[in-house]
Amino acid sequence: MKVYSVAATVLALLPLAACSPAFAQLAGEPYIHDPSTVIQSEGKYYTFGTRGGGLISDDGYTWHAGAERPGGGVAPDVIKLGDRYYVAYAVGGGGMNGGHASNVKVMWNKTLDPKSPDFKFQDVGVVASSNGVEDCDAIDPAFLYAKGHLWLSYGTYFGFIRIVELDPKTGKRLVGNKPVDAAIDMEATDLMYRDGWYYLLGTHGTCCDGANSTYNIRVGRSRNPTGPYLDHMGIPLLKGGGKLVAGASNRHIGLGHFGLLDLGDDVQKFSMHYEADMDRDGRSVLDIRPLMWRDGWPVGGDHFEPGTYEIQSERSGGALELAVDFVRIETGRMRWGPPTGTVKPIANQTLDQDSAKWPAGIIPVDMNDYMVRPHQLWTITPVPDAGGYPGDPYFKITIAGTDRALAATANGDVQAVPSFSGAPEQLWRIDQLIDGTYRILPKATLNTGEPLALTAIGAGTPALIKFDPKSDRAKWNFRKP
Amino acid sequence: MKMISRVMMLQAGCLVLQAACLAQAPAPPLAHAAPDRAAADAPRTLVPYFIPAGAQAATPDADGFIRRWMLLEPIVKPNRTSTVFTGSYVREALNTQYFPDQFTVVPHKSDKVTVAGQELAWHALDSNNFDVKLFRFAYGLNKTTYGVIFWAVTVVDSPRDIKNARLAVGSNSASMWWLNGDNVAGLFDDRRMVMDDVLSDRVRLKKGRNVLRGAVINGPGLSDFCVRFVDDNGNPIKGLTVTLQ
Repeated sequence: MKVYSVAATVLALLPLAACSPAFAQLAGEPYIHDPSTVIQSEGKYYTFGTRGGGLISDDGYTWHAGAERPGGGVAPDVIKLGDRYYVAYAVGGGGMNGGHASNVKVMWNKTLDPKSPDFKFQDVGVVASSNGVEDCDAIDPAFLYAKGHLWLSYGTYFGFIRIVELDPKTGKRLVGNKPVDAAIDMEATDLMYRDGWYYLLGTHGTCCDGANSTYNIRVGRSRNPTGPYLDHMGIPLLKGGGKLVAGASNRHIGLGHFGLLDLGDDVQKFSMHYEADMDRDGRSVLDIRPLMWRDGWPVGGDHFEPGTYEIQSERSGGALELAVDFVRIETGRMRWGPPTGTVKPIANQTLDQDSAKWPAGIIPVDMNDYMVRPHQLWTITPVPDAGGYPGDPYFKITIAGTDRALAATANGDVQAVPSFSGAPEQLWRIDQLIDGTYRILPKATLNTGEPLALTAIGAGTPALIKFDPKSDRAKWNFRKP
Repeated sequence: MKMISRVMMLQAGCLVLQAACLAQAPAPPLAHAAPDRAAADAPRTLVPYFIPAGAQAATPDADGFIRRWMLLEPIVKPNRTSTVFTGSYVREALNTQYFPDQFTVVPHKSDKVTVAGQELAWHALDSNNFDVKLFRFAYGLNKTTYGVIFWAVTVVDSPRDIKNARLAVGSNSASMWWLNGDNVAGLFDDRRMVMDDVLSDRVRLKKGRNVLRGAVINGPGLSDFCVRFVDDNGNPIKGLTVTLQ
């Protein structure tokens, strides 16, 4: 009977699973191709795509159509400088019936909100072009503002990726500036600057072929904005080099059009499209995922994977746990040396064994040595329709096998309440930091009015205080049990 | 290579997904920029990509890339996408006999072969770049640029017997390579050119003359290759000279 029920349940869920977007996706209708760097304007997130238009999100997790961009063309990018949002896009090019003659144009607006009375694009004009014959196809522009200079990369597989300098005050090409060849066999480029290095990112592989698109994101770096850019093996991007940043995984094929979304406090994310989201009809969709840094190189991270984990403090190595009495596993008298009889496994402590004397009400939370005990195992689950933050939904954090949920208190402590209610103090934001560790914040801002982060204020004591990215106190790891 | 045309594919995609596309606001057509007529109408040449091969033996460049080649004008082999270039497809396509002595000939400048009724000439050239830009070779000669096969032959003179050399190849798109008659490297699938993409098993470079032959097949997009011999540490083998005889 039980077997039948489980089977029936699984079968009943199968059509739903086949039709609904899987977890590791943005919510809403994030359908777009060649998205620009995600940018905030007046509290909302925006990205623009090929042909015109784009997506808007209130929280960076749920996206809808509605962004407006005139000019058509392909693969725009956007950057905010002062009180202006500069948008670059390409008209023409792309190969074959589009030819290779193209113009990169720039325009600006004081807001990206199409409902604002200030919403009016001002044309700057053409800042780069290709004549249809030369070794360049001037599409896929991308901005970088660094050290007082405004740079623009552009190009595709037809010849070189090129970099020009624009005037940050006007968006126009600097007078006398000449394009510099920076890479080959790349497109959908972007530029970053960090710790004295300029990074040129772009895609290798094929676009626009759905589930057969081999697009993947690569990078090289240079001390100078115009190169030469080399990959981690020392291979110049002008000779085809490029270190992998992110490629296909899970149900997502063909990553391209990297864009940096720097949220501050060592939280960086990258926006991109999948050429094919296999759970969404194989369509091209936007996604936002963590960006990490290792040895001076960007590393594309993945969405937080729901599951059961030890939540380990980076400060002490201690495991976040219910502050309950330790229950011994009775294995009899300790014996050393080789066994004299049959070797038998010893079962892990069960939830029933561990929880027999847990209080029924609220239980305090602390950190202690990890012992693989049920009161140290947390199941992390996305909460539907609770909103989210750039890239991910809010999660509930419950003791595995129970509904007992981690919750923030009004005065900045954490505790485990008997059951999950969906209240903001029981919803958690989990951001992977650039060093690979995580920060954990409740959705509720509590009495302070500002975001607080789960922090090991003592080796064994957690509390919620303002996040400090420079301190291991505020960093956590999620380890499989 | 991969530039199967974003424009074309987006338009095709909307046709395939017509119902869904129609459900959304109608997408504006993608605008095309007018090509520069002067550039488009300019006489085509191999400049600045190639110069005629010099009379003196050449050496590989500082990184070991071989720049002197006999290149055959492209054989037309239509392919709308490079994703068809599986190993099986490429082996069959490039082992097909297109012209006499295809796997043995060391051609001379201006030699001609006939393929499917079309006369094609060999050109003795030095590339001005580390890579041999086959698209520009075809374009400069007013030949077909997309959906083609290129054949290339060169002769590497080694000052000594080298037993543990490796041929290091990058090509756009797929290619196969033969050293002294033996197939030593194959680059398959929708390939982009990156230096040292595929390395052969260890091969012997004989003291004296070694004939290196390659064939590159491409669909839409650019086509080129770069070739050098490297040692076990990946460093270019020094002391080689390149002739076409």
